[in-house]
Amino acid sequence: MSGGPLSTPVAGLGRFGLYLALLAPHLLRPWRQPGAVLRQLHFIGARSVTVIAVAGGFVGMVVALQFHDTLVRFGAVGMLGAAVGLSLIRELAPVLTALIVIGRVGSAMCAEMGIMRSDNQVDALECMAIDPYGYLLAPRFIATLIAVPLLTALFNVVGIGGGWFVGVVMFDISGGAYFGAMADSVLGRDVAMDLVKALVFALVIVWICTGKGFLMHLAARPAFGAEGVSRTTTEAVVAASITVLFADYIISALMLRQPGGKSPWEISGPNSASACSCSRVSPACSTSP
Amino acid sequence: MKPDANAPPGPAPADPRPVLSVRGLSAGYGGRQVLENVDFDVHENEIFAIMGASGSGKTTLLRQMLGLSRPLAGEIELLGERVHPDEREALFRLRRQIGVAFQHGALINSMSVIENIELPLRQHTRLDRATIRIMSRMKLEMMNLLGAEDYMPAELSGGMLKRAGLARAVIMDPRVLFFDEPSAGLDPATADELDNLILGLRDAHNMTIVIVTHALESAARIADRIMIVGDGGVRAIGTLDSLRASDDESIRSLLERRTRRRELDGEAYIERLTADIDA
Repeated sequence: MSGGPLSTPVAGLGRFGLYLALLAPHLLRPWRQPGAVLRQLHFIGARSVTVIAVAGGFVGMVVALQFHDTLVRFGAVGMLGAAVGLSLIRELAPVLTALIVIGRVGSAMCAEMGIMRSDNQVDALECMAIDPYGYLLAPRFIATLIAVPLLTALFNVVGIGGGWFVGVVMFDISGGAYFGAMADSVLGRDVAMDLVKALVFALVIVWICTGKGFLMHLAARPAFGAEGVSRTTTEAVVAASITVLFADYIISALMLRQPGGKSPWEISGPNSASACSCSRVSPACSTSP
Repeated sequence: MKPDANAPPGPAPADPRPVLSVRGLSAGYGGRQVLENVDFDVHENEIFAIMGASGSGKTTLLRQMLGLSRPLAGEIELLGERVHPDEREALFRLRRQIGVAFQHGALINSMSVIENIELPLRQHTRLDRATIRIMSRMKLEMMNLLGAEDYMPAELSGGMLKRAGLARAVIMDPRVLFFDEPSAGLDPATADELDNLILGLRDAHNMTIVIVTHALESAARIADRIMIVGDGGVRAIGTLDSLRASDDESIRSLLERRTRRRELDGEAYIERLTADIDA
């Protein structure tokens, strides 16, 4: 074997690119396996509802507690609804939903694919002239791309409810002020960012987690048997989590960029006009739109 | 490497064009070459056994014949079509005419036995549910597994897994059946039962059957011709009698189950034991 120090990661990226390219035609024909897509939707979506709802509720509550404590100091407690809504919709709901789905579903998908590869079940499908890309992987991709945005929406709704409980029930803020500030602050582009993040994260999760298991035998350190499946699953969860966080920054940077403003990747000096990082909910910010 | 015996198969092939033809095949994995310049043919309606010691390249050869691995060099033709993993469409068309029974069954572990057997019919035919179920039960009955149709693969014994895998492999009535290690890990009675099933499939369904095995008794009983693989290539091809009459002592030893004599070199032995150990 030859190649420089980059040959292994480049070969790995190439394999994952080819994996997606072989899969893509099957994603355009979701009606080919409606039963399999529904089964995966049940596993990925329906069976994640409880954990997403519980996590969303507690995250909404703790975000409201934290913001209430801060906003009280500035006499801006009426903005609690806006702060909770924007934090959840722009950032916390898509990211935390993705991380929960990686732990609950991504690891299971990776292990399942790894075991199927290890036990020759994938080879058996190939030998039966059943394309594993269409039969095994496409339903998982389609179901994840549908389920994760819906779970993110659920996280948002329950999280906003949790914030309402803390703000309105515990701290006696009026319900009208809570929801009014939220309605005034949350714009279409915030919801768009939420949806874009959910879709991109869904693709990242299912691509990395199924790909790691499915291509387990081709890895730089080929993995076989129980030890191999366990190692591959750990690697998939770590890689998917880091990629989600990286993609989160990239999407935020691109979608929060002001027209004609500085690139989000440029580092500003302390006197730079664009150094102002306060959000538009703060009355102190003079550059808010 | 030239085979030392290339006698015609037991039943003389009616069709001079082979069902399976391997020419100049070199194969390996992980940067290691396992087989070099392998040539052989399999004729219609014969049972062809591939034998060899563990690690001799039998499974590598099987994966090549099924188009599951890319060859380093050479050509394989099955049923008149080129076998190459990069030609996926053609390969899938070809695979509809073959059946493969894996060593441990390779049943999809999230499906019951009957669902596994129905899978090729559900994917490749427009038959209604009831017909598919009846056809699958016929194969299960043939394999003496009718009572196990609702079992999950994890609930089956080794012999049952093999028979269920065989039922799935023949559900589409393939022209060519590949069977990896039919007798491995089975008690003599179950192995004998599987041998009878294989003979029945050849005789009743006119299948050409390629088995990969290291069970000499089974190969001697059912195979029309035996190919011995070793030292990176084909050592010999022929009927059992022609192989037993071979000039090559190692072939006769393998067939007579004699262990290879190893001359003991004391110094080399000590060196092997103490390699990588600092004194």
